[in-house]
Amino acid sequence: MNTLLKQLVETHGPSGFEDQIRDLILSEIEPFADTISVDSMGNLIATKKGQGDGFKIMIAAHMDEIGLMVSHISKEGFLRFTNIGGVSPLILTGNRVQFANGTLGVVYCEGKMFPKEVQPLEKYYIDVGAASKDDCPVQVGDAASFKREFVAQGDRLTSKSMDDRIGCYVAIETLKRLKNTPHDVYFVFSVQEEVGTRGAQAAANGILPDIGIAVDVTATGDLPESRILAVDLGAGPAIKVKDKGMIAHRDLVRAMRSCAEKEEIPYQLEVFEFGSTDARSIQISGPGSAAGCISIPCRYVHSQSETVDAKDVENAVKLLLSLLSGKIDL
Amino acid sequence: MNELLKKLTEASGVSSAEKEVRILIRDLIAEHVDEWHVDAMGNLIALKSGTGAVDLRVMIDAHMDEVGLMVTNVDSSGLLRFDTVGGIDDRTLLGKVVQVGPQKITGVIGARPIHLLKANQRTSVVKCESMRIDIGAKNKTSAMGKVNIGDLANFITEYEELGPTAIGKAFDNRAGCAALIEILRGEPYPFDIIAAFTVQEEVGLRGAQVAAYGIKPDAAFVLESTPAYDLPTDQDISPNVVLGKGPAVYVMDRVTIQDPRLVSHIMRTAEKNEIPFQIRQPGGGSTNTAVIQAVHGGVPAATIAVPGRHAHTPNMMINLEDYTNFVKLTEATLHSVTPQLINRSI
Repeated sequence: MNTLLKQLVETHGPSGFEDQIRDLILSEIEPFADTISVDSMGNLIATKKGQGDGFKIMIAAHMDEIGLMVSHISKEGFLRFTNIGGVSPLILTGNRVQFANGTLGVVYCEGKMFPKEVQPLEKYYIDVGAASKDDCPVQVGDAASFKREFVAQGDRLTSKSMDDRIGCYVAIETLKRLKNTPHDVYFVFSVQEEVGTRGAQAAANGILPDIGIAVDVTATGDLPESRILAVDLGAGPAIKVKDKGMIAHRDLVRAMRSCAEKEEIPYQLEVFEFGSTDARSIQISGPGSAAGCISIPCRYVHSQSETVDAKDVENAVKLLLSLLSGKIDL
Repeated sequence: MNELLKKLTEASGVSSAEKEVRILIRDLIAEHVDEWHVDAMGNLIALKSGTGAVDLRVMIDAHMDEVGLMVTNVDSSGLLRFDTVGGIDDRTLLGKVVQVGPQKITGVIGARPIHLLKANQRTSVVKCESMRIDIGAKNKTSAMGKVNIGDLANFITEYEELGPTAIGKAFDNRAGCAALIEILRGEPYPFDIIAAFTVQEEVGLRGAQVAAYGIKPDAAFVLESTPAYDLPTDQDISPNVVLGKGPAVYVMDRVTIQDPRLVSHIMRTAEKNEIPFQIRQPGGGSTNTAVIQAVHGGVPAATIAVPGRHAHTPNMMINLEDYTNFVKLTEATLHSVTPQLINRSI
């Protein structure tokens, strides 16, 4: 698991600029898919044909990660930026970023070294080591992702972009291991989720599935003073009942639970006050679909040290495989 | 004098009431296109067939509507209450002259004279709910004879040129419409162009969503006007588009990440043809690309814009050389679009 996962999480791919991560995933799944295509927004779509008496199912795991986009270069060569997706100023000071062309940068805040209050994004800048604006290896409009290495400590896996490269990993493994299915399954490695589930919307409009299932991370409620959330790290994949953007189809939730119980896969039920996933777009695209989500519990989401449990990941694969391998009663 | 810009900017077309602009544009393009029609929302859609050399359908969108006001009620005194249509800063309204309804009744957004203001009233912002349009009517009955609840009102500004600068209203987005008209009047392209003069952009990108759904293009370009902000600033951290540096190319705004392949094609085209351009400030704002890119299985889309000062106020300014380069860049970009550019084969 760790070799592939390390490659997945460390690859550069902020929303809108997913070429590098798409190439990596493509090379990984090519021998296993019946058809592979890339749609006009850049979604990577791999299909597995079913026996014919099931549903058309779209599985969505987003390839993109949060990042920063250069908005201005000062005379001295410092970069100002805007956010791509949800980036809090709290995860910026002293962190490193990488650009598609390999340029590395340090993010820091102007003024006092350690200000008392949190400063807004406008006060931050990236230092790529340029001597001046003319000497700068990047330009306005270039997108950066965070740079941080993957580490594993027993079952605890930590890296930037577990959101949602871990979902991509689950989708890849499921695709590789799926043998017999009544359903026509479309594995969509989607783009631009972090900026508003845009890739999934276009993909769903093209595929028009009967069922849409997102595989994404969710927060946990097991940290000091954390918000109420009945999801713990290591207690199994979470079957999402509701989040801010979607109420899951009740029969789909029921089907997921009965698969988990039948195969003795530990699981949790998730009701999340915040956030949303590709499932919300799939649910209301075209004529609509039965939508749900399998969540990987993850601590420290949208930081450079997102942490998941390897057992939850493996159980998520098992759960998804079980669901796709049999009939679904809707 | 640029007669096209003059005619287009002086016409009335607040979101949802674009008829006058639509008819004006139709009359200007009818003999230059192979066919045209108006869809259910009022979008004017026109086909300019290509030479057949390249198999592509490219949509070019330019929204016809401008921001303005809508009459919401008539007081017993004959004064009109109103609401804004599209994003307007309330502070830009006091004292302005507007034209109300299909009969084009002139009205003034009355401001209390300074003689009658207390000191603290001079420093507080008057909200739109407290403002009234005064058409000089004696009472409600008299007013209702000339205007109606639901009537739209636009600013009145005469187009003028002063050196390289043009002053007028609604360069956002009559400048985009003008550029699209010039493209339709030009020589055929290697592929079919479907021009969409769309409605209701200012209230939520609505017309373009419907237009794109019907057209099902292979790729789309949106022609717009983007806010320029070139007032002097002390710090070298305030990026923005300025007049005189050429058309602005969008990379990312609040609702769209423009297709990077189209974006770099536009920039390469500008460099090759020595057309000046700027990179439009990433982060805020929105254009019709957001809704066009999502239809059907997705459409690669990008925006090119002419910088305009004082957007969404009665008086805007553009640089006429920027406008000329805006048209040049769009034409050059289109002429070199190929299916390979947007190809997604593996």
